[in-house]
Amino acid sequence: VACHKFSVVLIQVHSVTHNYVHDFSWWGGVQMGPPDPILGVTEAFKKDTNPKKMNLGVGAYRDDQGKPFVLSCVRKAEALIAAKQLDKEYLPIGGLGEFSKACAQLALGSDNEVLKTGRSITVQTISGTGSLRIGANFLSRFHGGPRDVYLPKPSWGNHTPIFRDAGMQLKAYRYYDPSTCGFDFKGALEDISKIPEQSVILLHACAHNPTGVDPKPEQWKEIAELVKNRNLLVFFDMAYQGFASGDIDRDAWAVRHFIEQGHNIVLSQSFAKNMGLYGERVGGFTVVCKDADEAKRVESQLKILIRPIYSNPPMNGARIATTILNTPELRALWLEEVHGMANRIIKMREQLVDGLKKEGSTHNWQHVIDQIGMFCFTGLKPEQVERLTKEFSVYMTKDGRISMAGVSSGNVAYLAHGIHAVTK
Amino acid sequence: AGPGSGAFTMSPQAPPVAVFKLTADFREDSHPQKVNLGVGAYRTDDCQPWVLPVVKKVEKLIVEDSSLNHEYLPILGLPEFRSAASKVALGDDSTAIKENRVGGVQALGGTGALRVGADFLRRWYNGTNNTATPVYVSAPTWENHNGVFADAGFKDIRPYHYWDAAKRGLDLDGLLDDLEKAPERSIFVLHACAHNPTGTDPTQEEWKKIAEIMKRRNLFVFFDSAYQGFASGSLDKDAWAIRFFVSEGFELFVAQSFSKNFGLYNERVGNLTVVAQDNENLTRILSQMEKIVRTTWSNPPSQGARIVSKTLNCPELFSEWKGNVKTMADRVLLMRDQLKTKLQDLGTPGTWDHITQQIGMFSFTGLNPKQVEYMIKEKHVYLMASGRINMCGLTTKNIDYVAQSIHEAVTKVQ
Repeated sequence: VACHKFSVVLIQVHSVTHNYVHDFSWWGGVQMGPPDPILGVTEAFKKDTNPKKMNLGVGAYRDDQGKPFVLSCVRKAEALIAAKQLDKEYLPIGGLGEFSKACAQLALGSDNEVLKTGRSITVQTISGTGSLRIGANFLSRFHGGPRDVYLPKPSWGNHTPIFRDAGMQLKAYRYYDPSTCGFDFKGALEDISKIPEQSVILLHACAHNPTGVDPKPEQWKEIAELVKNRNLLVFFDMAYQGFASGDIDRDAWAVRHFIEQGHNIVLSQSFAKNMGLYGERVGGFTVVCKDADEAKRVESQLKILIRPIYSNPPMNGARIATTILNTPELRALWLEEVHGMANRIIKMREQLVDGLKKEGSTHNWQHVIDQIGMFCFTGLKPEQVERLTKEFSVYMTKDGRISMAGVSSGNVAYLAHGIHAVTK
Repeated sequence: AGPGSGAFTMSPQAPPVAVFKLTADFREDSHPQKVNLGVGAYRTDDCQPWVLPVVKKVEKLIVEDSSLNHEYLPILGLPEFRSAASKVALGDDSTAIKENRVGGVQALGGTGALRVGADFLRRWYNGTNNTATPVYVSAPTWENHNGVFADAGFKDIRPYHYWDAAKRGLDLDGLLDDLEKAPERSIFVLHACAHNPTGTDPTQEEWKKIAEIMKRRNLFVFFDSAYQGFASGSLDKDAWAIRFFVSEGFELFVAQSFSKNFGLYNERVGNLTVVAQDNENLTRILSQMEKIVRTTWSNPPSQGARIVSKTLNCPELFSEWKGNVKTMADRVLLMRDQLKTKLQDLGTPGTWDHITQQIGMFSFTGLNPKQVEYMIKEKHVYLMASGRINMCGLTTKNIDYVAQSIHEAVTKVQ
């Protein structure tokens, strides 16, 4: 209910002869928005004065000293770019051409038939969020099927408001099995088999956020088959290519398999995590089409969607990503560094489980090791999460998700201690 | 054919954005004397893009600063950037800032700032989720104004009288009449200075009349400020209208772009300045702005904001920047002066005073579509169908050819 707020008439006299008189505000009915569930965790963390505090909220990689990590390949790329003294002219609406090309090749594999026949279009976007939003807007405007987007249960918190704001509706299919802290394959297949034809189904390509639970290749095959039978439009969200297993091709396997099986997918990519380019906002949105002609038409419509939001995307991050992908030594260095980040996460998972065993926990923590990527769905209940935050200053999202990237050899024991304390 | 194939067969080919097509056509043209007076970006007298010296300096500092990383900015952007940007618009001595009722939302260029503001208005202005409030944009205006507000959901976007083609100036009576007749609470998009595409700005006295009616009739003020400093060469002079409206007590939005005055076109540096009634209102507004940003781009790009922030917050760099801005503004003023003089010397029919009376990057020449077509096809001088030229495309080397071409177009084509 909008309420009009009438503030006290305020008269200010100052050196200029204009008085400031207000008896009404336009914004009396504006409600205070709740803090963002994920980014709000960092806000709360910052305010905490406990020296042992841990931020396991937002998925940003940290090195073993708990510091942000700027990849060497990024620094090297930046130096190369600086030396070129490029101008700052507007990029095209669809972004840096070389970037879009390299981005698509990374996801699909450079020998992919889709790329050879030119039957896809990739536009540069404002990282993963921007890509999802453009994609959602595109579906909202052009998808002739039902307006329902099926998300895995659970999914990244921001998926729902993005699709909603684009005018789509949200439904869910079973995904995470709390009893095993693993994949509810049977439940997923059952639910997917009931999705009305031509609906949109969103799949996390690898390193599912928030659970870290990914289908195995054999399971992906069955899902692909079922989705084909149901004639669903597949929307892949790939924010962690390279970051999950350490191998970029392995992490893109599901995406490539679906395309091979004849799905004309749409795909969102982010370079925030795998290149550590978070704040530079580097991403891509790809539509795999029937043929090159359709791709051209789709491209023209994507540009029309982009223009009234931000006109054209930022250069800096796209330049860095392109330089890395297209310069052999830098690409090789990048692959090493991504592998290194993935390995450190895997090691922390192992150390956390060891630590919990040492603390004397009798729970089964195998899922911590089985899950993949940046996040771990601990299985902690909201009350336990709250205690972990209040008593130990360990910050995480309410759903029990922790960012393993925030765990280091220096604090893993403390974390194990805290988790054991709230779960014993 | 697999699932999902043919899903988009119904997507028609969309028409290209006019200004970018013009540049594309220009690029393909091989005529030795071709001139591009299309897209709005600054050019040096050698017709080259210009990375501001202060920007080069600051970029070097950033690259060499190993303490900087690429972490996410907050949703609303880099705090030092937001406050410095709002200060540039409102002035160092701004009472509104001192009263803590001014906030900024870092956005992707001026477009992004307009869009976040438009999305907010649609959700929270004049009721909630209100798509029916009329949005008035000048006739003519930057073509993307329509796109931004329409895409944000507004169903009723109307023109207000602005350009008087007969007198080649501001149609003040028409404008004031539209303000009097607009439904109360209508939203008006005002160009803070260097009106795009006409280059015609209200005088201070005219702004006062506009403000009086807007206040009396409860109309919403949404400034688009894409050329601060670029228009006259003075930041303060170019922000006069904004500051006047703020001093008159309006709760308003200002979409700021740093694309032109910093030459940072492709880094997408913008700021939506919100002037609220008090800090409590501001807090609620910004919390809802966060919700909008979160589903659009999550958080803004850091590079451009860092450059602008470092520059605005350091006195020496700030001074150097003002000098760079004046360099650009002065070159434009010189080209205006020379073009008018040459047309007068050629005896080109009509009056050409509007060329020096208009301000900023653009000039509405008054050429009609047929004359424009002549310019493009016969003379290889590219300009918008509206007759808009980018003064920055003029140089001491091509100005004679352009003047001659205009002369021919006006005398040969009716």
